[in-house]
Amino acid sequence: MSTLTDPPKESFRLSMLIHDTRYRSLTFQAIAAVVLALCIWYLGNNLIQNLRAAGLNISYGFLADPAGYDINQRLVEYDSQSSHARAALVGVLNTLLVAVLACITATIFGVIAGVLRLSQNWLVSKVMAVYVEIFRNIPVLIWIIIIFTIMTAVLPGPREFRGDDATSSMLFDAFAFTNRGIYTPAPYFERGIFGSVTLNWLLVVAVLVGSFLGARKINTWATAKQEATGLRPNTLPIILGVWLVPVLLLMLIMGLSWEMPELKGFNFSGGIKIGGPLIALWFALSIYTGAFIAENVRSGIQAISKGQSEAAAALGLRQGRIMNLVILPQALRVIIPPLISQFLNITKNSSLAIAVGYADITATLGGITLNQTGRAIECVLLLMLFYLTASLLISMGMNIYNSSVKLKER
Amino acid sequence: MTDQTQNSVAFVAESIIPESPPPARERGIVKWLRANLFSNVTNSILTLATLWLLYLVLSSTLPWIFNGVWTTSSLNECREVLDGKVGACFSVLTERWNQLLYGFKYPYDSYWRPNLALVLLLVAIAPVLFFDLPRKMLAFTVIYPFLAFWLIWGGTLMAPIVAFVGFAAAAAFFQHFGKGSFALGFFGAIVVAFAVWILGGMLIPEGASENAMLSPVPSRDLGGFMLNLMLGVTCVSLSLPLGIALALGRQSDMPLIKWVCVVFIEFVRGVPLITLLFVASVMLSYFFPPESTVDLFLRVVIMITMFSSAYIAEVIRGGLAALPKGQYEAADSLGLDYPQAMRLIILPQALKISIPGIVNVAVGLFKDTTLVSVISMFDLVGMIRGPILASTEWNGVYWELLGAAAALFFVVCYGISQYSQWLERRLATDHR
Repeated sequence: MSTLTDPPKESFRLSMLIHDTRYRSLTFQAIAAVVLALCIWYLGNNLIQNLRAAGLNISYGFLADPAGYDINQRLVEYDSQSSHARAALVGVLNTLLVAVLACITATIFGVIAGVLRLSQNWLVSKVMAVYVEIFRNIPVLIWIIIIFTIMTAVLPGPREFRGDDATSSMLFDAFAFTNRGIYTPAPYFERGIFGSVTLNWLLVVAVLVGSFLGARKINTWATAKQEATGLRPNTLPIILGVWLVPVLLLMLIMGLSWEMPELKGFNFSGGIKIGGPLIALWFALSIYTGAFIAENVRSGIQAISKGQSEAAAALGLRQGRIMNLVILPQALRVIIPPLISQFLNITKNSSLAIAVGYADITATLGGITLNQTGRAIECVLLLMLFYLTASLLISMGMNIYNSSVKLKER
Repeated sequence: MTDQTQNSVAFVAESIIPESPPPARERGIVKWLRANLFSNVTNSILTLATLWLLYLVLSSTLPWIFNGVWTTSSLNECREVLDGKVGACFSVLTERWNQLLYGFKYPYDSYWRPNLALVLLLVAIAPVLFFDLPRKMLAFTVIYPFLAFWLIWGGTLMAPIVAFVGFAAAAAFFQHFGKGSFALGFFGAIVVAFAVWILGGMLIPEGASENAMLSPVPSRDLGGFMLNLMLGVTCVSLSLPLGIALALGRQSDMPLIKWVCVVFIEFVRGVPLITLLFVASVMLSYFFPPESTVDLFLRVVIMITMFSSAYIAEVIRGGLAALPKGQYEAADSLGLDYPQAMRLIILPQALKISIPGIVNVAVGLFKDTTLVSVISMFDLVGMIRGPILASTEWNGVYWELLGAAAALFFVVCYGISQYSQWLERRLATDHR
């Protein structure tokens, strides 16, 4: 005869806090919380004492005060009487401008260099390898300074374009490369449909979006037809027409003209001026990050097993179609995650603008505003907040794209 | 019968045709050229375009380099020597070489100290980089940081000795008590180290630095490429243990510790290094006790270490995630507790997987040390843009200086990445 008894109820003992795995993690976390709180209290206390000693306080009121400095490169209205907040906004837009431009060109450079590095042409692949190694192993700050030096020290001044015996001349009478920046023709509409310039350009963008949607529709139609009959209709002329005709028509109606840069007095006026610092930063970030992207592209293409291209060749696909239909869709999955982090790097490295005097957010808010107002803590916190938000937004957007191209596993 | 058929068939050869060499286009350099450079029209165009590009680049740089002048003392003299010809003024490098390497304030008669420190650095990291070297050399690696500190900053020998004794006592304590309980050994060791430092600090007499064997050099006198190397080496070696701790913390089951690590890592990775350097230069001093003065070098080291430890933590997390779950379960089933399992089973494998990534972070960090020139420290780039280009003798010598800086960085970074590739091949134990 056996009696079943419950195991004796263990009473809680203090030593169980350290020896019983059920409670041990709680103990450790409690210790960690206390240590963390002590650290925060210590740092906060120091901060308060130091601020009191310096007669400072934390306030963001300075953002509404007039900034009192000029910014050359700007996308929105700004003058020296505008507020510090406005200057910061100019900086934000400039950061975004150079980041977007550099992301686009770096991708182009990187894809070209990465594909050419796998070329069967010995010379081309070696030259590309040298490009990648040289640019990856030298700090981006040095590249930015080198290109900025080319822009300011090597290009001719506007003065040299003057007179009959000018030593420099404009390219096609439309582009002027000077040490103050590059001047290009600016497009404008003679008889816009709307009064506002912005609205006219928005109309052009809207038409382009419409063309994009139309072209996609035609593609779906062609694919459906191919699946039904086995023959794909030749869509190229239709798609070209959908893309070109509406836009050209709109341009014709609104009367597109170009405003040429002209030498007036000591400087060029008219047209679009792209400042030297912007070009230095844009180009340096593009070629530097392009070298990294080239390596990503190369390893992405090499990650696709040779059997894939052989199988595609066995199915009778041509070389171009093997690349488009078999290799690239698979390689993209490997390439895109590191590409995202390269885009993030470009955004963060654009803060080096301060080294060449390009008025991005670091140079306006973290540079001149900080030095003028002495509000170090507030400025640096706002700066970090902006970069954190930008980084999180980019990685979020890219992750959404990434999950849409991800291999669907069941 | 058979003989007859054989002899009667006209196309069966009876004698072997004598060997002849392959046609000229199918051998030697011609074949190589046809196969590798001119295999089809596109390739030929690409080759010619590349050759033209190479010609453009080389025809403008080679004469400039070979006509270079090495022995003048100012840009004007150099231009006179060149007399209108194309040529580089490398004399800026020979004249300002010491400034490029050591900054413009480091005492001239003490240059042997950083030089010696650099040579000893190579000896100290050799056993870390190459496993075949005798393990006993690691003893020197342990002493090296204190020795290097003494060599570069000078001052009393007591300070590094006390620091070293503190670490040694902590290590001894951990050896003795850590076997029984990891927590006791670990936290006890920290207490012991602090006790030794505080006691030792009292032992150092006031003003010991003034009449020390090596004259003291303040941090603000450091500069040039030496500063880049020092920041790079210090921050990478400090951020390795911190990165491991952060990576383990991020994998932890304890929500509080996990979230602290996640917030730290994501915050640091989300902001550019330059904002962290701003923190170091204008903001960090607010967080220290009011009466203390922490010099800029130390503040920069703190921020760069935070920065790189977040990146190293992510690399190591990748290594931890790549380990099969069976390794964790095997460690559990052997009855190892968490510190033992990590130390003996998990980390050795995870770190091995993450070595290439860690080296990448190290190279990136070393390149990023040039950013300190933005907060007006005179590293290599800061020296070039500041004192040298601003001087009356050398105002306008851009390419020679920037080229030299680029070359210095290239040599170091390319060397490290080649080492990493060698190591990857060396450590590859999978079946390939």
